[in-house]
Amino acid sequence: MRRFEYHAPNSLEEVSGLLTSLGDGAFILAGGTDLLVEIRERLRTVKHLVDIKKVPGLSGITCSAAQGLRFGAMTTAGELAAHPGLAQLYPNLYDALCALASIQVRNRATVIGNICRASPSADTIPPLVADGASIETWHPDGARIIPLAEFFTGPGRSVLRAGEIATAITVPPPQPGSYRAYIKHGRRKAMELATVGVAVSLDTKDGICTAARIALGAVGPVVLRAPQAEALLVGTRLDPKTVTSAAQQAMLECTPISNVRSSADYRREMVGVLTRRAVQQVLEVAA
Amino acid sequence: MTKTVLDLVVNGESRSFAVEGHRSLLDALREEAGLTGTKKGCDVGDCGACTVILDGKPINACMILAVEAQGAQITTIEGLQASPDDLHPLQQAFMEHGASQCGFCTPGILIMAKHLLESNPLPTDEEIRFGLSGNICRCTGYTKIFDAIRTAGKRMAETGMALPATKVEA
Repeated sequence: MRRFEYHAPNSLEEVSGLLTSLGDGAFILAGGTDLLVEIRERLRTVKHLVDIKKVPGLSGITCSAAQGLRFGAMTTAGELAAHPGLAQLYPNLYDALCALASIQVRNRATVIGNICRASPSADTIPPLVADGASIETWHPDGARIIPLAEFFTGPGRSVLRAGEIATAITVPPPQPGSYRAYIKHGRRKAMELATVGVAVSLDTKDGICTAARIALGAVGPVVLRAPQAEALLVGTRLDPKTVTSAAQQAMLECTPISNVRSSADYRREMVGVLTRRAVQQVLEVAA
Repeated sequence: MTKTVLDLVVNGESRSFAVEGHRSLLDALREEAGLTGTKKGCDVGDCGACTVILDGKPINACMILAVEAQGAQITTIEGLQASPDDLHPLQQAFMEHGASQCGFCTPGILIMAKHLLESNPLPTDEEIRFGLSGNICRCTGYTKIFDAIRTAGKRMAETGMALPATKVEA
């Protein structure tokens, strides 16, 4: 591995200070499952790693129907997936976590690391965006709470400033009559980056859809919402014809590219298929 | 480069060695601790050949810096058997079923299978598949690996090696 200096500060102030003073070659080390690969494959020039594991207050999960979900920057994907209640309350996030890499990687990889890496194909982002999650950050100039949908500015880029640290994610409690699903499409089941990932979260009352949030992964520079497709679902009984037209609308709202994993055309087709399937999956749970 | 003194408990034995900040736990185990049973396959977290148990959880030893493991309890393949003449049921079953061809993936698969069977000694094929999804065998010996894991699981259940007391979280 290419050489770098390792730092293990004990407070957010020290982390922020190191990131600012060490400059461009300094990066936060949380789980390290992406960063260490990038260092080995020479995709990122790293001179300093600032490990945040000794910083107090960055671990812990709270998850309940009344309070919703909150987890800290050190929460691993494996830890969150195993947390009591998560699979029942947020099955979309649970499925995304279980589809992420492998058991071994999930025991190290942090969810907030997956988010801050800001890959358009990151599995945990679509369900969290569809559920209206927020990300909490810390900076000497002040803490912020940012809606996750507004956090990303491009592939690998976010609104985080130099020396700013993402500390926690919060997700609102699931409302009665609300349902959610995430479907990942890849070439294989494990150790795979999503070719397309679709999250659908729906609120219903008396069989009528009152709100819809569709989040599309790996089909744009950031995880995208499909507002026009969502609008087609709202106010309906989610009959097959409506669902099909919303799925077709979602295909028009995404902006995929072709790369090693898939062509843009295939990705667009799969957005239609997976949006329809995700709504169907939601309806099966609701029935 | 400055070195940090790393204190670990490896296979029940306290070990101490000095490592540079950029060294992986895998390199430290192989080169400093002399435990070369843990294999370096891809070195980027894809193949699972370097799987070890760290504080009760299976991880890829290539995907963690040695310094991050300060104070940890680690089980490597060398710690699988209680004594040199006393094979673990997984080792015995892998031999009986011929579940190892070139053998390079075997240490990682044994560690992962141990983790699976201790909490679930009678797994379904789907559960074995899920449990081993981070371990790649390129000799394509999966059928025999599955047979061996089922056999070992039955023996572990019969002999009490897979009791709730030893249950570990995924």
